[in-house]
Amino acid sequence: MTQLWDFSGGIHPPEHKDISTARPIRNAGVPDYLVLPLQQHIGDPAEAIVEVGERVLKGQKIADVKTGMGVPVHAPTSGMIESIADFPVPHPSGMADRCITLKPDGEDQWCQRSPVTDYRSLERDQVLKMIRDAGISGMGGAGFPTNIKLRPPRDRKVSTLILNGAECEPYITADDMTMREKADEVVAGLKIMAWILRPERCVIGIEDNKPEAIAALQKATEGTQTEIAVVPTKYPSGGEKQLIQILTGMEVPSGGIPADIGVMCQNIGTAVAVAQAVSDGTPLISRIVTITGEAVREPGNFETLIGTPIEHLLEQAGVNQNAVSRLVLGGPMMGYTLTTEAVPVIKTTNCVIAATASELPAPPPEQPCIRCGQCAEACPMELLPQQLFWHAKATEFEKAEHLNLFDCIECGACSYVCPSSIPLVQYYRFAKGEIRAQQAEQLKADRARERFEARQARLEREQQEKELRRQERAKAAAEAQAKKKAEAEKAAAEGEAVDERAAKSALVEQALARKKAKTEASQSPAPSAAPAEDKPDIEALEKQLSQAQSKLETMQGMLDDAKAQQADNLEKLERAVAKNHDRVQRAEEALSEAREKLAAGPTESQPTH
Amino acid sequence: MAFVQQSSPHAHSARPTSRVMLWVLIAALPGLLAQTLFFGWGNLINVVFCVAVAIASEAALLKLRKKPVAFFIRDNTAAVTGLLLGLSLPQFAPWWVSAVAVISAIVVAKQLYGGLGSNPFNPAMVGYALVLVSFPVAMTTNWAEPATLWDGAPGFGETLATIASGQQTAVDGWTMATPLDEYKHKITTHTAAEVLNHPTFGEGIAKGWEWVNAAFLAGGLLLIGLRIISWHIPAGFLGGLIVMSLAFGNNADLYAPLSLHLLAGGTMLGAFFIATDPVSAATSHQGKLIYGAGIGILIYLIRTWGNYPDAVAFSVLLMNFAVPFIDHYTPPRTYGHHKARRGVPGSQG
Repeated sequence: MTQLWDFSGGIHPPEHKDISTARPIRNAGVPDYLVLPLQQHIGDPAEAIVEVGERVLKGQKIADVKTGMGVPVHAPTSGMIESIADFPVPHPSGMADRCITLKPDGEDQWCQRSPVTDYRSLERDQVLKMIRDAGISGMGGAGFPTNIKLRPPRDRKVSTLILNGAECEPYITADDMTMREKADEVVAGLKIMAWILRPERCVIGIEDNKPEAIAALQKATEGTQTEIAVVPTKYPSGGEKQLIQILTGMEVPSGGIPADIGVMCQNIGTAVAVAQAVSDGTPLISRIVTITGEAVREPGNFETLIGTPIEHLLEQAGVNQNAVSRLVLGGPMMGYTLTTEAVPVIKTTNCVIAATASELPAPPPEQPCIRCGQCAEACPMELLPQQLFWHAKATEFEKAEHLNLFDCIECGACSYVCPSSIPLVQYYRFAKGEIRAQQAEQLKADRARERFEARQARLEREQQEKELRRQERAKAAAEAQAKKKAEAEKAAAEGEAVDERAAKSALVEQALARKKAKTEASQSPAPSAAPAEDKPDIEALEKQLSQAQSKLETMQGMLDDAKAQQADNLEKLERAVAKNHDRVQRAEEALSEAREKLAAGPTESQPTH
Repeated sequence: MAFVQQSSPHAHSARPTSRVMLWVLIAALPGLLAQTLFFGWGNLINVVFCVAVAIASEAALLKLRKKPVAFFIRDNTAAVTGLLLGLSLPQFAPWWVSAVAVISAIVVAKQLYGGLGSNPFNPAMVGYALVLVSFPVAMTTNWAEPATLWDGAPGFGETLATIASGQQTAVDGWTMATPLDEYKHKITTHTAAEVLNHPTFGEGIAKGWEWVNAAFLAGGLLLIGLRIISWHIPAGFLGGLIVMSLAFGNNADLYAPLSLHLLAGGTMLGAFFIATDPVSAATSHQGKLIYGAGIGILIYLIRTWGNYPDAVAFSVLLMNFAVPFIDHYTPPRTYGHHKARRGVPGSQG
């Protein structure tokens, strides 16, 4: 007898499971069209690898994930690809997403399959690749790609492999019926997973309200070391964390994964899919779905092709359209309502409840919380649902987080027992969403601040560099001036020293020249005006240069701003800056030319002063 | 057709607040029956009157606050407040004392704080404490003599007339000091044997009172069995009282014995019906134990060394003050965490 532990809290809602266990699993058949969402699990969406109008065979890969985490999608039957477009998909928001629609041709013609007779002769990685190529993702919860889950980090050795057959949610019997009718395949899948992981212990956990399934599995595991653990019926014993606690007495650390404590949970349906993928070479193209509720005449479980519209399934179960008041995908505790029955069955779809108004009535209006604490008694995570509710309602998210809001698994036990019928889970979802939005906002703001600060720093640096260059230029100019002066003085001194006579004669010559020039000037005033005009010319040039420089600076600044904002007119501004740059250069050249000229001019006329 | 859109869960248990409160009313009936059998019609008349006044004042305040009157009246919480006061007040308390207690409970302690769920203090006990300190004569001299209905208790008409007359004190022969009062005041000058000679104690522990307390205990156990209340507050309450009594009061010539503490006065009514008011009590299991124990300890302290013979109201109110503090420091350890996160965010390292 396997030792069992208890988890705190939990509730005992009416089970309503007998509604859908009276009939054996039926085949839902091939509907008129199949809608295959490209994203059926967490991770990255697959990309279509077929064209509209292409004929595909049953089991043919029609979409795959090229980069990132995900698994391929296969054609559930042979037919024509009708479209690749947005369709309503199963999602609480009722959103539409990219889907491939397939028009079955009725021939159900298989593609080439490659079954493996003895997987033990293969490498483990080869088997994992087979599981991936079969498009298998977890068929219970969020649909995590199974091949990735089966390859935990090296330092996380899985010592206990748990097959979760608890199926604690009311109404749902898909796993129950699978275990009853496909016990051998369940065990075969478990064996393959155990061969990959090599755990010390394999346990199948089943709630004690499924005696037929327990008997079937006990028979199928006879003579093996696999334990069948019969756990007391209590919602949510099938929650991953709760089942681990029941079967091992250990708790998954907050924020961690079961592999952190050497445990892994796999779903019953996933085990069957793994067995079929490895020994038959069959990809995941169908699953067992429970169709139940008082609004269907023949409730039960259906072997359903992935992509089958819910509408088709409801017809198979004999739905009374007028009686359906709400359509729940999943169980009554954690499932979500559908806006339309056109959404398809996907890899994680386990149950559809077509409920009448009296079956799942609208809850009475919310009353004030009387702090009765029933919610805390029911919480399987040992949270304080009531305090979380106060803080969520008051938008005191910091306090809600302090009370471990993010450990909430949204099982709905608190809302179920609340005498004031407060939709507690909805408040927690709101708070979680707000906190996530705030965190995203904060991240964005931090990035923007970093960008701004980087820009400020750059501008400052540039300003300093500019200042430095200006100082260098000024220094260089001063030096040049000083040098020139020194040279001139030296030249003058040398000239005097070397040959006084020559100097004298030069002076004479200069005097003559001046005289000559004077006479010339008196004759024609125009040429003599030229040197006199040199001075105002330089001033104008200097002004021109500074104008050009300031314009260049403005343009440069504008360009920088544009670059920071990634504006569209970047190219234009760059051109403008280049143009201004040229203009400044030209002005500088003109000025220096003029300066040289001026410098040459006065030396000639110096002696006149 | 359009389907109903609803956030999960889609299933709900069928035990609304109104049903919870109805069960409290039902569970109190054995106690009321015992009171009537052993002390006459006073309590029954008080209960009916208090419930009526409670519902009327609740309705008036809801109307003033522009709240849906019928919706809130139907939660039965005002009726429970009225019931608790009717069970607690002296049998011959004049009608206006009861009215003041009920109105201050509903209007001040409950509705002015924001109505159901928002009151930090137990409304019934606010009303009780108010009249206890305001009208000490009316609140101490109007306790009925333990006399069974078939054996000398005043008739229904006489009782009703006395209550309705509004006299501060009722007919002298009908009333008698309560056992706790008698013991407290006589034990300083007499021995236990002498004190217990007084007719208020009868042949058992405390004539009549022992049956009333036993009946409230039975009703309380029913509430625990139905999971309307958890066992933590009554256990803490009685545990605190018992431990204090054993630690200090083993000499019956000095202090009231444990049996008297448990079976006289409002002990069981307080432990199972008053201290368990969820709105003003602590919430976690550990917190409830501390809260209950605090009340039990305070009751012993006040009964023994304070000025009042009984002390349920003051003890409950004092512990109401401590509830936010207790709640901050007694959260349960969440699954997957090493320790409980005590205190308030930002206050711990």
